[in-house]
Amino acid sequence: MSILQVKELQVTFVVDKKKVTPIENVSFEMNAGEVLGMVGETGSGKSLTAHAIMGLTSLVGGTIGGSITFKGRDLLLLSEKEMQSVRGSQIAFIPQNPMTSLDPVYRVGNQIVEGLCKQVKIGKRQAKQQVIELMGKLHIPKPDRVFQQYPHQLSGGLKQRIVIAMGLCANPSILIADEPTTALDVTVQAQIMLLFKEMTRTRNIGLFLITHDLGVIAQVCDKVAVMYAGTMVEFGKIREVFNSPRHPYTKALLQCIPHIGMEKGSLAAIFGNVPSVDTYPSGCRYHPRCSSSDSLCEESPPLLLQIESDSRVACHHYLGKKD
Amino acid sequence: MTKYKHKPPWVVVLQRFSANKMGVIGTILIACLVIVALFAPLLEPYSYKEQNIAIANEPPSLNHIMGTDDFGRDLLSRTIRGARISFVVGVLSVLISVVIGLVIGSIAGFYGGVIDLVLTTIADLTWSMPAILIALLLVAIIGAGLESVVVAIGLSYWAQYARLVRGQILSLKSAVFIEATKSMGASDYVILFKHLLPNSLSPVIVAATIGIGNAIVLEATLGFLGMGAQPPTPSWGAMMSNGTAYLFISPWMIIFPGLAMMITVLGFNLFGDALIDIMDVKNKESS
Amino acid sequence: MGKLLEINDLSVSFDIKGGLFLRTIGTITAVNKVSFTIDKGEILGVVGESGCGKSTLARLILRLVEPDSGSVLFNGTDVLKMSKKALRRQRRHMQMVFQDPYSAMDPRYTIFRSLIEPFQIQGVKLNHEERRKKIDDLLELVGLSSEHGSAYPHELSGGQKQRADIARALSLSPRFIILDEPTAALDVSVQAQIIKLLEGLRERLNLTFLFISHDLSLVSYFCDRVIIMYLGSIVENVSAHLIGKTACHPYTRALIASIFKTVPEENTATAALEGEVPSPFNLPSGCVFASRCKYVQSLCREQTPILKESPAGGQVACHFPLYN
Repeated sequence: MSILQVKELQVTFVVDKKKVTPIENVSFEMNAGEVLGMVGETGSGKSLTAHAIMGLTSLVGGTIGGSITFKGRDLLLLSEKEMQSVRGSQIAFIPQNPMTSLDPVYRVGNQIVEGLCKQVKIGKRQAKQQVIELMGKLHIPKPDRVFQQYPHQLSGGLKQRIVIAMGLCANPSILIADEPTTALDVTVQAQIMLLFKEMTRTRNIGLFLITHDLGVIAQVCDKVAVMYAGTMVEFGKIREVFNSPRHPYTKALLQCIPHIGMEKGSLAAIFGNVPSVDTYPSGCRYHPRCSSSDSLCEESPPLLLQIESDSRVACHHYLGKKD
Repeated sequence: MTKYKHKPPWVVVLQRFSANKMGVIGTILIACLVIVALFAPLLEPYSYKEQNIAIANEPPSLNHIMGTDDFGRDLLSRTIRGARISFVVGVLSVLISVVIGLVIGSIAGFYGGVIDLVLTTIADLTWSMPAILIALLLVAIIGAGLESVVVAIGLSYWAQYARLVRGQILSLKSAVFIEATKSMGASDYVILFKHLLPNSLSPVIVAATIGIGNAIVLEATLGFLGMGAQPPTPSWGAMMSNGTAYLFISPWMIIFPGLAMMITVLGFNLFGDALIDIMDVKNKESS
Repeated sequence: MGKLLEINDLSVSFDIKGGLFLRTIGTITAVNKVSFTIDKGEILGVVGESGCGKSTLARLILRLVEPDSGSVLFNGTDVLKMSKKALRRQRRHMQMVFQDPYSAMDPRYTIFRSLIEPFQIQGVKLNHEERRKKIDDLLELVGLSSEHGSAYPHELSGGQKQRADIARALSLSPRFIILDEPTAALDVSVQAQIIKLLEGLRERLNLTFLFISHDLSLVSYFCDRVIIMYLGSIVENVSAHLIGKTACHPYTRALIASIFKTVPEENTATAALEGEVPSPFNLPSGCVFASRCKYVQSLCREQTPILKESPAGGQVACHFPLYN
């Protein structure tokens, strides 16, 4: 059974008396022990989807539609107080920048202990022992020493491991990571990503990984949700999506990525710019940049079609093309 | 072709300003002061220096709305003439401070090194002394009088602007667009005058607006101590100083010039605060 | 194809001051005896992680930072020996496109004014019509239209801004352009547009590029040759297209192994390197990579390897290169 089920998620804001819909038509499931990747360009609504799951959009004045079912409970129906008991302890969040998410004046170990004690009833000494153990599991060298250090004494990769430890300390069922390696060097990114994958398996949690890097998605995730301009265009198992993309956007995006040994001149680009939330086109939001769009795409937004249990695509031309 | 049409900058500033209530109030107060200062001779019901001992220390009445002082001079006329003094002193002295501050601040920030160290130390020393002390000292050296008050106040406040400009230039100096300009072969002149200074002006303008208020207060203080404009030229500070002797006999001698000064300073502060808000909006949009 | 640029033994280090009275408490060697050449019409890539000195290298070549020693020969003349005046004239031949298009232009200037500035700086006299024409041509060259000229930088998207920045670099018809991570701040679909634009421009205008990036895949696609830097030194200089096969420095190999490929079946990404780039503060003697190298031997810690020809066709600075 899936641990998190998002159905027809929609987020609307009212900006200057105009209604904008930065997220529309987003549906997916996530299982325990599985990495679900969400990929998309700037303004595709990846981070906002994560905020919606955490129940943070209503705090900034958004309205959420659809349902987010976590362990049989619809999170959207919970009160803010009930949501607070879920946030952090059951659904944990790892922010983008490890450099700014640690308090510079406290020892890093104590910051994790503090987080742990907030979520679980546990003695300080016991908590410290648990934290050091967890730090060891996250391959932090000499955890007792690092425990006593301040953030500025640690390298970027170590800081990110500390932040991951903060997320994992209360044993959550779901971990949401928003671009966790963008601030890191490539060799360190590889270490952290593989660590994420390992943690997902060994602790049997669901990892919701947000990134713009298709390579990371391909190597780390089991399933992928492709977002474009606030809508989900494709969802499916990693191999299916990458080997035979169903949506023209996914296909085009994959061709935009250079790789070693690629023939010169063979790189493809998607014409035009990513639209921002106040300039979303009518119909299919991708149609102005799509090479196979027609009048239907301009007029009506496509439905998110369920193809198999685990795959969906939102394109008017999908059925036609398959034949 | 219409996509990137821009309204002239002053229209944008005006639009934003008119949306800021406190700013509008400040503007109105300042506008009143300017009008009063400009047309002082036309607005004065009596001559500001005509003495008439017979009606000395008269309370406010229909003939003399603000009453008369110890020489029987009409207080309203004197307060109106005082506005002129205050305004001129405020604007001129801040102009002096800003010019000195811009020159010293930009030299220190742009060239750095020993030059910076020396200039910053001088500025810090000046800044650490109370402005009133410097002004008193300067007036004592160059002699009392309106001109020396302007110079003294100008020389007392420049450090504030120098520090501001230096900070702006230091942070802008490492901006990518400055490096880009340099890589095109631009001279120091172009970099400093076409990019660094224009981009550091907004906080200086804000500080200067609020600074005019401060300068007016300092002028009044000097006047109060008898170091400012010499009689019979009416300065609000001197008028109040004069009034202290008659505090219990004719309090209006202090109340009205004090009120005028308070309103003026309030006007400049409100205006300056509104400017801060507007500049903030601009920064947000361009980031 | 002759050499356009020849760089010999270029070094720069910065003193770190601290403590009371700002004593010098150590030095950071940002670029350490770097030598390489760029042929006319070539695209040379520079790859490395943070702190490897790639951005400083670019600024040394343009003399935006003064080096401690070495020479930068542009068409045979040493840029570092030029007088201030000659350097300013020389700058029109060597331009730079910056990483962050969001701050590369004066926020108070319209794009038009930013593009006309290079002409004013270099003293090119243009009348009103000529200006219009020049700027329109430039904007068209980079895929923008003349209406973008009246926009302020914050009104353009990241890709459009980067195009405008490229247009500015092209304005004085330079022969050599340094591209400092020009796509790092952009979305992948837009990155591809910019790369294709640069490919086209090089062909049409006969340009030579130095392309700085942390993305080895991108560099191997876009460049002809690539130099790999680590802590201020060049560790390898190798053909970009063949880097997957001919790279023989352990660091280059590790960089390649750290790439996340977009092919799920090729489950190749490994955490090939332990730890992180050490601080460039007071570097020890020996090979710069020794502290993280899997194949390290005692010689590596004692003696600094020099860049020498490798049988695989490039140059490598390693005592025990991996030929296989």
